[in-house]
Amino acid sequence: MIDCEATLSRRSLLGASATLAAWAYAPRFAFAAQGRDARLVTIILRGALDGLSAVPPLGDPDYAALRANIALSRDGASPALPLDNFFGLHPAMPNFARLYASRQALVVHATATSYRQRSHFDGQDVLESGMAGPGATDSGWMNRMLQTLAPGERIGQHGGLSIGATTPLIMRGKAPVLGWAPQSLQRTDEDTLSRVLGLYQNRDPRLASALSAGMATEGIASRSGMRGKGPQRGVDYMKQISAGAAHLMASHDGPRVAALAFDGWDTHFNEGGATGALARVLGGLDDSIATFETVLGPVWKDTVILVATEFGRTARVNGTVGTDHGTGTVALLAGGAVRGGRVLADWPGLKPAQLYEGRDLAPTTDLRAVIKGVLADHLGLSPETMRRNVFPGSDMAAPMRGLIV
Amino acid sequence: MSSPDQALVALHRFGLGASAGALARIAANPRASVLDQLGQNTGLPGSNLPTSDAAIRTARMDELERQDERKRLAVQPAAMDEPDAKAKPQSRPVAQTIYLDEATARFSAFATTQTPLIERLALFWSNHFAVAINKAPVVRASAGAFEREAIRPFIFGRFADMLRAASQHPAMLVYLDNYQSIGPDSRAGERNQRGLNENLAREILELHTLGVDGGYAQEDVTSFARILTGWTMVAPGDDGFFGGRFTFSPTRHEPGPQMLLGKRYEQTGVEQGVAALDDLARHPSTARHIARKLARHFISDDPPQRLVQELQDTFASTGGDLLAVTGALLKAPESWSAPLAKIRSPQLFLAALARAAQRRPETPALLNQLNLLGQPLWQPAGPNGHPDVEDAWASPEGMVVRMDIAMQWARFNATLDPNALTEQILGKAATRETREAVARAGSRAQGLAILFMSPEFQRC
Repeated sequence: MIDCEATLSRRSLLGASATLAAWAYAPRFAFAAQGRDARLVTIILRGALDGLSAVPPLGDPDYAALRANIALSRDGASPALPLDNFFGLHPAMPNFARLYASRQALVVHATATSYRQRSHFDGQDVLESGMAGPGATDSGWMNRMLQTLAPGERIGQHGGLSIGATTPLIMRGKAPVLGWAPQSLQRTDEDTLSRVLGLYQNRDPRLASALSAGMATEGIASRSGMRGKGPQRGVDYMKQISAGAAHLMASHDGPRVAALAFDGWDTHFNEGGATGALARVLGGLDDSIATFETVLGPVWKDTVILVATEFGRTARVNGTVGTDHGTGTVALLAGGAVRGGRVLADWPGLKPAQLYEGRDLAPTTDLRAVIKGVLADHLGLSPETMRRNVFPGSDMAAPMRGLIV
Repeated sequence: MSSPDQALVALHRFGLGASAGALARIAANPRASVLDQLGQNTGLPGSNLPTSDAAIRTARMDELERQDERKRLAVQPAAMDEPDAKAKPQSRPVAQTIYLDEATARFSAFATTQTPLIERLALFWSNHFAVAINKAPVVRASAGAFEREAIRPFIFGRFADMLRAASQHPAMLVYLDNYQSIGPDSRAGERNQRGLNENLAREILELHTLGVDGGYAQEDVTSFARILTGWTMVAPGDDGFFGGRFTFSPTRHEPGPQMLLGKRYEQTGVEQGVAALDDLARHPSTARHIARKLARHFISDDPPQRLVQELQDTFASTGGDLLAVTGALLKAPESWSAPLAKIRSPQLFLAALARAAQRRPETPALLNQLNLLGQPLWQPAGPNGHPDVEDAWASPEGMVVRMDIAMQWARFNATLDPNALTEQILGKAATRETREAVARAGSRAQGLAILFMSPEFQRC
């Protein structure tokens, strides 16, 4: 790895922040009578997850050459974890691999929303609004879905959820939601710090030297424990908020439907292969999923966690050991209610002519079809409701059935 | 060096930052947008806050009740069957409630005022005549009123009047200990062990008027302290009508004439001090001290000498007319040509965030952010006030905390479009590098944080 000074390396552990938004009601789902009290968690990865590194197509003959110095392989010091004969899993995700082996996790590969440009903000707008294009509405698909469900008991407060934290677009809308973020001043992630530092290096040397000195000292302070119980950065924070969310959702009067958003996936620089910036945030995501499994305990069997991102990244590695904005990527499902142990992919291939616009993994599965499949089989939403309220304009994307036990 | 963007000079150097539509509003004539504020109403908009004496009285009554309550609880431990009984009073002290209300009024003004120059001047002058709330509950309860009563009315008035109002205000008299300073030869001094306290006299000379190099000696400090003996406040616990107000106590006042800066002050009583203050306000060293400080605050840590001289001359020739001095500052060519090289103080940073984002956290959270950034409201480390130069604020730790707070505001306002906001609050002053860094951000929150930390946003 190119980086880094010892004092900065702890900071590069980072890269995440998180918020939770949950429905204010514990609804009675269609399946309650059958003994399933369903839980649904959506985790949005902001910044565009590199699906080709999270779930590398090791069996594709063009993969290793495209990925060069960040390619993963089946052998070596940190081999990719085995999924099937074609796909591996990033070595930073042992918990997901374990769930996959016990058929509680699956991967949908070469998937994307209907968005085909490469702006994060617009891409996230499409992912979260559930509309075909950006800027179409100020409500999110999860909120509109909640509006179609009959509210049950208002959820208990437990002192944890409060209104105030920013609600991600995916949960914004008429259905009342509660938001939560841990109280302490959240530390800025390494990625944002380095972007601001880069701007200062170009425009304001005085501020650059102050900020870089501050980042260095802070590294020393935190290693020697001087910060005490100060705010946490990055991957710790992902785990912290997942534990908080899971505790709330485990309760009989807790929320059933929640959305989390994690930052830090925009790996233009030092993304790395088995180790590096992406490995660290993937490790945080893996820990988060494991935390949900542990804390949800008996209701894990009724749970689906959907992990999605606004788009993928370029198939080729760029000049700074990273990747740029792309198109096709992965979506992950984990939980006791998932019919797992499978990678679902209509694999497009990685030859130059097979890449989208000659640069990105081509999307072959509409992410809306995946989500609609989950909503239909996990929460019992009708195709008509989904077509009319949740994903307007998605008629062609038929729900992908059989994702749920 | 090319001139800075004129709209940014108006909004950053002489304002609190751009709010929605501000750039467009002032585009035709940025200078006029600032100059038009000269002479306008300097009151705190829309406030309904207690006078200092009322605040001090209610805070004092509360303090006494809380002392009684603590005593009662100490002799009468909570019974086991009263789970709610606690060992100490639970409610928030009145002084703190008043302080929070005052703070809320300031934050609201920061976010919404149409005359930001006046808020900037209120910040400047109340920091010049600094008081600190952690000195005593009296100061905590009256620091906001101090600014409203002793500073704001004179922002476009005479410096001498502001100096007198500040020096006679209970917040200042308590903060710098003069309320218990007693002339050694006064009636009170003759029957009492206590005596002279030089604190206020020294700081008036060193900080408020002449400046540390302004040409006074220790004997001037001592005799000025004697002159100021008897300047105190009516004890707030004793008098339900006048408690907490300024009063002159002849029994504490040092009798006889005093020499200050080579001049003999014959008058006795309160007029002796008033005359001394008036002369200090007119002193050439005061003109130089104020001119330098104003130019350093608004223009540059190392301000152009010509500008300082012009402000000094204006101050001297108008007898300390602050409307004229401020006008000279705003009309000086340096004010519109010097690069925006200062960094926003924490207060100005939060004010700019509040104006840009149009949605701000609650008062306790904002006060906490000011604490973390090292500029707690009305609580400087010493009577010299909060620092005013880049090195104080662009410190390594300061920048990291600033980044964290920018990120927090960004998350709090993550519904905003960072590209559109960049356009709205920086306009053509946004550099290519900043635009690109904002546009390439991985999330809206990240884009907003980069915008809030960009050099264009930070500099003023």
